[in-house]
Amino acid sequence: MDKKTPLYDRHIALGATIQPFAGYLMPIKYGTIQKEHMAVRNSVGAFDLTHMGEFRVTGKDSTAFLDHLLTNDADVAPGKAYYSTMCYPDGGIVDDLIVYRIADENYLMVVNAANLEKDWAWVQSHLQDFDVKVENESDDTALVAIQGPKAQEVCKVLTDSDLDSIGYYEHTTGTFAGVSALIARTGYTGEDGFEIYMKYPDAEKVWDSVMEAGSKYDITAVGLGARDTLRLEVGYPLYGNDIDHSTTPVEAKLSWVVKLKTDKNFIGREFIEQQKAEKPGRYLVGMNVTGKGFPRHGTPVFSGDRKVGIVTSGSIAPSLGTGICLGYVERGFQKTGNELEAEVRGRRIPVKVVKIPFYKDGSRK
Amino acid sequence: MSSIPDNVRYTETHEWTRKDGDKYIVGLTDHAQHEMGEIVMAELPDVGSDAKKAESIGGLEAVKTAEDFYSPLDGEVIEVNEELEANPSLINEDPYGQGWLFAVKATDETQFDSLLSAEDYKTHIGE
Repeated sequence: MDKKTPLYDRHIALGATIQPFAGYLMPIKYGTIQKEHMAVRNSVGAFDLTHMGEFRVTGKDSTAFLDHLLTNDADVAPGKAYYSTMCYPDGGIVDDLIVYRIADENYLMVVNAANLEKDWAWVQSHLQDFDVKVENESDDTALVAIQGPKAQEVCKVLTDSDLDSIGYYEHTTGTFAGVSALIARTGYTGEDGFEIYMKYPDAEKVWDSVMEAGSKYDITAVGLGARDTLRLEVGYPLYGNDIDHSTTPVEAKLSWVVKLKTDKNFIGREFIEQQKAEKPGRYLVGMNVTGKGFPRHGTPVFSGDRKVGIVTSGSIAPSLGTGICLGYVERGFQKTGNELEAEVRGRRIPVKVVKIPFYKDGSRK
Repeated sequence: MSSIPDNVRYTETHEWTRKDGDKYIVGLTDHAQHEMGEIVMAELPDVGSDAKKAESIGGLEAVKTAEDFYSPLDGEVIEVNEELEANPSLINEDPYGQGWLFAVKATDETQFDSLLSAEDYKTHIGE
């Protein structure tokens, strides 16, 4: 039985198209993806992301535990957050996630909903050598994201916390819309914005306050459909599409979240270090469609008659009006400007390797 | 239930067409747009290109799927709906009006008479 988020009735009242996603009945869109997408790029949108998973890590060895489990460096200052991958010993990716350091010995890991059970089991299986406690808070933590160039204007009237003092990938614990919340300047859209974590019973109050405060900026409720096109335009990988157990951070060009410059050991380090030194056989790249149409997940990519890659995500870019995609191509074909072909409805269409992000004018700080 | 107006003719591949002066306007049926979901890109033929009855002449990309569309008649494409470039979801919102796809100047007008009636199309889609 699929779960409802505490905002389910709000989505129904807004006329959302609801579909099951990762065990939750989630809003895919309320009107059109195009309009929701452009609202976030040009003004502000609100997302219910309560399906995301939250694990709380506390105890004396919290930092050491996360340093062992995650590829990125856990030792950031309290009040900061970081993006990381979590890998298997073979370098494959278990999940990608954001970690908020709340206090010296208190972290919040935010994982993909679709991976929640797998991640939980993986985390549990590595506890034995550490003095830590990990709690799954997913079932009573709601998440509302406010994203877009006007996000701060909307949020600042709902909190006494000084939002100007919260930089990108920073957060604070405070009161938001009258309830206790974690207020973070993070997101998955390429725009400035906040992610607000609260307990289930407080979610409607936060949502209603955000919609009311946002009304003068024509705030739009945004579903998972536009969330996907927004993230793709800025080239953020999506687990299950662009990264998974069969891909590594080096191949996915996520080496920047792998702490190879430290002497910290972490699961997957040996393989990743070696792969980085020897160079992987393929890389994840962004490609622009130079004609019409766009390739989708699973579409083969060719150089002449030779298959050299596969598309992992593809869409029309609503902000750009052209087709864009992410995909893996063999080493040697990943250079910017390289012209390749992808198959769309049985026809070859020209694509060109480009630098990510596709959309460069985001308000992200 | 889909909207199936009886002032247009239909194809089995879910296009509709109606005569407008000396040309035939072609679009996607309400049933088909509903099946496809939100259309995010329309690949329209070039004006001046040849249209061949029952042959693919363009494509539609929806969020989850992509489909070709076909010309109901032989002839020449003399107009395309340029509004769709900026706003492809017009096909969803108004499939028989503002969401039209292209116009064809038919070389054999008797082909129009052999297209499906509203009643035939209704049976075809099982409604």
